[in-house]
Amino acid sequence: MQHLLSADDLSAATATEVLDTAGELANVTGREVKKLPTLRGRTVVNLFYEDSTRTRISFEAAAKRLSADVITFSVKGSSVAKGESLKDTALTLQAMGADAVVVRHGASGAPHRLAGWLDGSVINAGDGTHEHPTQALLDAYTMRARLGRLAGLKVAIVGDVLHSRVARSNVRLLHTLGADVTLVAPPTLLPVGVSAWPATTSYDLDAVLPDSDVVMMLRVQRERMGDSYFPSVREYARRYGLDAPRVRRLPEHAIVMHPGPMNRGMEIAPEVADSPRSTITEQVANGVSVRMAVLYLLLGGKG
Amino acid sequence: MTSFLIKGVSVVGGPATDLRLRDGTVAEVGPDLPTTDAEVIDAAGLVALPGLVDMHTHLREPGREDAETVATGSRAAALGGYTAVCAMANTDPVADTAGVVEQVWRLGRRAGLVDVQPVGAVTVGLRGERLSELGAMAESAAAVRIFSDDGHCVADPRLMRRALEYVKAFDGVIAQHAEEPRLTEGAQMHEGEVSARLGLTGWPAVAEEAIIARDALLAEHVGARLHICHVSTAGSVELIRAAKARGVRVSAEVTPHHLLLTDDRVGGYDPVFKVNPPLRTERDVAALREAVRDGVIDVIATDHAPHTVEDKECEWAYARPGMLGLQTALSVALSVFGPDWRLLADRLSCQPARLAGLTGHGVDPAPGAPANLTLVDPAAQVTVEPAELASRSRNTPYAGLQLPGRVVATFLRGEPTVLDGKAVK
Repeated sequence: MQHLLSADDLSAATATEVLDTAGELANVTGREVKKLPTLRGRTVVNLFYEDSTRTRISFEAAAKRLSADVITFSVKGSSVAKGESLKDTALTLQAMGADAVVVRHGASGAPHRLAGWLDGSVINAGDGTHEHPTQALLDAYTMRARLGRLAGLKVAIVGDVLHSRVARSNVRLLHTLGADVTLVAPPTLLPVGVSAWPATTSYDLDAVLPDSDVVMMLRVQRERMGDSYFPSVREYARRYGLDAPRVRRLPEHAIVMHPGPMNRGMEIAPEVADSPRSTITEQVANGVSVRMAVLYLLLGGKG
Repeated sequence: MTSFLIKGVSVVGGPATDLRLRDGTVAEVGPDLPTTDAEVIDAAGLVALPGLVDMHTHLREPGREDAETVATGSRAAALGGYTAVCAMANTDPVADTAGVVEQVWRLGRRAGLVDVQPVGAVTVGLRGERLSELGAMAESAAAVRIFSDDGHCVADPRLMRRALEYVKAFDGVIAQHAEEPRLTEGAQMHEGEVSARLGLTGWPAVAEEAIIARDALLAEHVGARLHICHVSTAGSVELIRAAKARGVRVSAEVTPHHLLLTDDRVGGYDPVFKVNPPLRTERDVAALREAVRDGVIDVIATDHAPHTVEDKECEWAYARPGMLGLQTALSVALSVFGPDWRLLADRLSCQPARLAGLTGHGVDPAPGAPANLTLVDPAAQVTVEPAELASRSRNTPYAGLQLPGRVVATFLRGEPTVLDGKAVK
């Protein structure tokens, strides 16, 4: 595998290898010297067209723990802000010897375009409303760590599926790994064509909860209300927000996830976000290990 | 003026015969015509069609001469077998005055490769707010008869009604780009399974169909002529079929790419497949093909939309929509419909000429007819090489594809614009 553009790029065997490798690399984080020499001499470029502090820092930490040279290229104030095209930026990175480019972009498919212009690896760190495959990997890692397995798990993904790259990547990866996904949202926030996805859909969160091992809440952007995807924040929270009474409908062992950043009180109640069932901070920690594994597997084996 | 004797050609799929072109007209048709002083063209195995007429071309001049000029677009048209093209109004400045349409018309005359018939904008600046001086454009040297805000929909129903009514005074037609703008805000491709997977905002079929339904009712109400540009959905076909059955004066066109390509081509995010309206589904393609066959869709029009490399070699979301079409339309139509020459001549020449009011075009080669014609080698196979296209732009969705048929020669008023597959000037 040269690039990681979509969760579809991962077979069950490859995805499992990433998760297993992440498990081994996670031990490094617990050491006093949090560093391996694996990618010494390699250059990883973080190319961020969108602000995303947590994803950028996560990739940066992952690359540095593997001893790679990290260049963070933020678009603000750069030649890109002056109108340089994505292709010209790609050719510049190529000329500078980038072995891997981690790209976050507001346009769906931008990493696919980059992959066509670069010899090195491209890792999709979130593109528009398309995918965020390393988020799906860290979510799967977290589920497996907490519940011991992925095959047969019942996962409810709740909220703005229409605009969510996290949901798209999770549906694909979890299907590949044998979990059953139910998408829960108002009909306005489910894409036309969702019936072709390997997931079931529901408009009724309360009906789905008793049979869920995992509830993954998605961030809802408040500006969606202006576009009439739902009538009000209050109504959304009432119908699709995860509060304490709803959590009580979950099986005893079930966990609550959120990719962050959260709208506390909207899609998730504060007491739920901070409860022992919540894996939200674990997801952040696991993100570094999973991204180390991805970089290691994409770059580690090459000369 | 040279006279030409075209030997052994099949006229619109008929038996082999000879054609003599003299003084801008077809002088004689019959077997074994004497050579006399004519230049002889051996056309055995070739098919003669009335010169093709494109109702929907973007020539980009004035304003975006880096993408196309009237001259380069005219050459691409001639090489594609066209003798007339209708140049859309979304230039810069917009063709919304007599001055701009006359400029485009004169540039076409100067290029001299095809008749360039300007389309006038329906509204000032294509802004959809108030009518352009439609009458002045109709009375100009360009004698505009088709008015369109193509690229934009005339969305205001009252303004659309007024436009339809007003152009009745000079037998004009409003060519509508049917796209309900609120339903397509941010739209990037056809709304369906593929857009859901790719995370691209969908352009729903109903956004086209809602406008067609509305405009057919308006045209019926005021008794005016309505033309629907680049129809792309099965639902649109049914609406047009129903309107025609009621006697509404509505005509419609479809592009070659909507007859051949589907939305799954978007999978690699290559903006060469980004077009407006977007590529639809197999079901839509099947319905469009059937509608061309049964005449519900009158015209195959290219929507030739040249764009520079910079406007296409970028992220999908930022790329301009549009594809080249003039040099590949006949081959694509041939690949879809086979050698049904009567059908191809009708949809690619006779009907568009009739609807655009281009009286010298769209007439089968027959004694006394204007010598606007195209000779096609149906046995040839051509691989589309973007670098070899005459357009100033390279955005063809057919790169590397082998297509049937090759335009061997094109004659405009008896003079060749293309011979042996090459532009004469």
